Amino acid sequence: MEKNFTCIVCPMGCSLKVQIEDGKVVSVTGNTCPRGAKYAQTEAVAPVRTLTTTVRAGEKMVSVKSTQPLPKENLKKYMDMINSVKLETSVNVGDVIIADIDGTGIDIVATKNVDI
Amino acid sequence: MRNIDLVIIGGGPAGMSAAVSAYNSGIKDILILDREPRLGGILQQCIHNGFGLHRFKEELTGPEYSWKYEQMVNELKIPVMLGTMVLDVTEDKIITAMNEENGVFQIQAKAVVMAMGCRERSRGALNIAGMRPAGIYTAGAAQKFVNIKGYLPGKKVVILGSGDIGLIMARRMTLEGAKVITVCELMPYSGGLTRNIVQCLNDFDIPLKLSHTVVKIHGKERVEGVTIAKVDKSLKPIMETAEYIECDTLLLSCGLIPENELSKGASITLDRVTGGAVVDQRRETDKKGIFACGNVLHVHDLVDYVSEEAEIAGKGAAEYIQNDGFNKNCDIKMTLGDCVRYTVPQHITSNENDVKIYFRVSDVHKDVTVEAKDGDEVIFSRKKQRVAPGEMESILIKSDVLKNIKSGAITVGVKLNG
Amino acid sequence: MYDVVIIGAGVVGGFIARELSRYKLNICLLEKENDVAMGASRANSGIVHAGFDALTGTKKAEFNVLGAKIMKRVTDELGVKYKNNGSLVVAYSEEELPTLQKLYERGVANGVENLQIIDKAKLLELEPNLTDSAVAALYAPTAGIVCPYELTIAAVGNAMDNGAELKLDFDVKSIRRNGDFYEISSENETVECKYLVNAAGVHSDNIAALIGDTSFNVTARKGEYLLLDKEFGTMASHTIFRCPTSMGKGILVSPTVDGNLILGPTSVNIDDKDNNETTPEGLSEIMSKTLAVMPKAPLRSVITSFCGVRAVPSTGDFIIEKAADGFVNCAGIESPGLSSAPAIAPYVVELLKGMGLSLEENESFNPIRKPAHLFREMSMEDKNKVIAENPKYGKVVCRCETVTEGEIVEAIHTNPKATSVDAIKRRTRSGMGRCQGGFCAPTVVEILARELDIPFEAVTKSGGNSIINYGRIK
Repeated sequence: MEKNFTCIVCPMGCSLKVQIEDGKVVSVTGNTCPRGAKYAQTEAVAPVRTLTTTVRAGEKMVSVKSTQPLPKENLKKYMDMINSVKLETSVNVGDVIIADIDGTGIDIVATKNVDI
Repeated sequence: MRNIDLVIIGGGPAGMSAAVSAYNSGIKDILILDREPRLGGILQQCIHNGFGLHRFKEELTGPEYSWKYEQMVNELKIPVMLGTMVLDVTEDKIITAMNEENGVFQIQAKAVVMAMGCRERSRGALNIAGMRPAGIYTAGAAQKFVNIKGYLPGKKVVILGSGDIGLIMARRMTLEGAKVITVCELMPYSGGLTRNIVQCLNDFDIPLKLSHTVVKIHGKERVEGVTIAKVDKSLKPIMETAEYIECDTLLLSCGLIPENELSKGASITLDRVTGGAVVDQRRETDKKGIFACGNVLHVHDLVDYVSEEAEIAGKGAAEYIQNDGFNKNCDIKMTLGDCVRYTVPQHITSNENDVKIYFRVSDVHKDVTVEAKDGDEVIFSRKKQRVAPGEMESILIKSDVLKNIKSGAITVGVKLNG
Repeated sequence: MYDVVIIGAGVVGGFIARELSRYKLNICLLEKENDVAMGASRANSGIVHAGFDALTGTKKAEFNVLGAKIMKRVTDELGVKYKNNGSLVVAYSEEELPTLQKLYERGVANGVENLQIIDKAKLLELEPNLTDSAVAALYAPTAGIVCPYELTIAAVGNAMDNGAELKLDFDVKSIRRNGDFYEISSENETVECKYLVNAAGVHSDNIAALIGDTSFNVTARKGEYLLLDKEFGTMASHTIFRCPTSMGKGILVSPTVDGNLILGPTSVNIDDKDNNETTPEGLSEIMSKTLAVMPKAPLRSVITSFCGVRAVPSTGDFIIEKAADGFVNCAGIESPGLSSAPAIAPYVVELLKGMGLSLEENESFNPIRKPAHLFREMSMEDKNKVIAENPKYGKVVCRCETVTEGEIVEAIHTNPKATSVDAIKRRTRSGMGRCQGGFCAPTVVEILARELDIPFEAVTKSGGNSIINYGRIK
């Protein structure tokens, strides 16, 4: 199987071609640097994205992020889980809002100090 | 009237970085003025990640990037007045400002750093015809509604302009349950970063229509739809291609304009292309002791470069105060060669140090050579695989090269290879 | 039971209400929109015409000249900005010179003072940015500029302060004569009155038809405008007209009283009387016609475009007369309606008096409307005094126009009270500047929600279904 994407590692935007056999990347072409090849390997098999969103804290909004990129296919599910959280106390940058979201081992943490 | 060595107007990334840099250069009597109730400027609503890769070698969100600098400002105990609007700055560096607690007050500064940021181009400036219903927002206003206020400004959205804020909002509103129907871009290429096209549009199957624009807005009370059309080479809509799209919201992400009202009040000379001040390598404007940095000087694509530029301005302001002015030993003009829209700085007034020249190209090109010339003599040359208007470029001119400039000017241009 | 009901809270209805509030009367203004000044009074050139356009002997001529004369006093009383900047009708070819002469003679006959025809040299001295091909001009030093909705809001506000009532969102569907009085009904409310004044602008023929008066029609004529950044408000110092044609006075270039430069209007008759849609053709027509007379016009600095609707009467003149017992038409008030409104009002009151309305003086009538705090125009001392009393005046909400939270709160609680973002904009200029509300709109919504004690998502841009957002995201 062949997959095509635009590399996003740097502004160059190389068009990558990835050959996949038995769920494994066998070759990457179109990249101009090794970072592009590495990106292609992950993106082809198990694409991940850092999720950034907000959580309600009283009348205010607290911005949050995933500490590591999360599987792209489940972003909607994580959004629903994050949206169900209502904070009652003030938070600081780095405070864990949801630990180990959906068993991924990845936390959702606050990215802003908010006093309520 | 209070006397303060250095007044910094704007407490966003540029203002904070300039303050820290000036402090570290030996000036302690600093005041940052900002109209918002907290530091950070627009970063507070830019909750997405991608900030700080150059500066901090890690990927931060906007509020986190801001927090890094807020902590530095706090640790250095640099005074900040929030909720304070600067009404006027004079050539003589008298600042008139106002807030709820102190009323209107004036400060005499020895030096001023302008760091007011930029604003978005509005519907009026774009001159889109049609009705004037609710539901037309700049991408930044929508971002404030969603991320700061926690409200959804639209459910079925068309976005005009593929600038980064528009792309980011396409993803943000999709994640919050809105349907983003399409993004129209007037130009044949996107103004946004490739990463954002991939992660904000492609990830959610949102089509990007290049060479398209919105020609009409429909709906009496709330937006009911827009008519879009393809544009020809001269960017004029081809009405035969007009297409009606039902939607309740139109977001505009069509460019940013430096917020230079205060600079105009101080009679600072502005660059017609950047919309910001004309500055030298220290980021000093043509008014002695008044500096400018960040998006008020020219619109940046990465906040990392804003911080870097603000450091230069902060350091310059500190030197200005310490030495009561500058020893300017040259005046080399930067002139625009092929494919280059502008440079910052626009001129160089000292050859004692290396100078980094930032510039933007006018079109997308692949396989090029960036060149700087003194008359016909090439003084800098570097190959690039790709240049684009959305991505700021830079070159470094060494001090010893500056000392040998014969024509009085350096021309920066982009040569197409092959 | 009201003594007098006026249909239409535009500039004409507003001034009639104000004039009537000098007497001990129960007065009610009915308006179909969610704010006053929403029809022709919302979007026009804002010109106080000198009075040479209308044919001698018409009501237009009479009220225009009179209105222009008293505009200074009226705007002073109402605390409304007015500038006597003078106007120029410019001839761009020798062929147009007889038109200038005709207008001059008509102006003199109409009673316009100090009119003069000036030559090219004098003209270009007055307006150095005009094209070199200008030949001569009719100069009318008595003309002026005023903001049409500011004037309307102030007139209605002053009438309300003196006891008049205002009912918004009252779309008149039927009028019934019941003995000696009228019953006026919207879909969900009926009011009664002894005397009824029809000041319904483009809809005044529809209102007249409700009592069976079909003696005239009103055609809606659309006019699009472009507004330029304040930086270029001084490109013209006078109101600059072309020589008039049958479709009106053509595209003008004028400073506004708020310091912008206004270009327009186009002139197109339309079927849907409430159609205030701008068109690509209209906007480009304004641009090309402006460049023809002012080649250096900075068209890159357009901050907004908008469209107004004018009420063109089939009779060619204002229709101000008794139409039935207790019913007065004040219909087809097209240009120069803004200039004429302050003079039309006392005339209408006289008509009503002649029809039996008894006028007993209201001793507490105060013609002076306390002007809203205009923060950006205050001295530093005054600013500090106001902020000390109320710190909200120290908080700038709209940075482009320097509008403070204090002024916005004031607009929400001053007659006629603002209940939408656009209503705030018309009263305070918040969102009227170069960023067009990009920065201040979310804050204005928050202030409206707080002061009106309604949910954030219930705040509208301009009433009805013009909601600004769809509720909390989480």
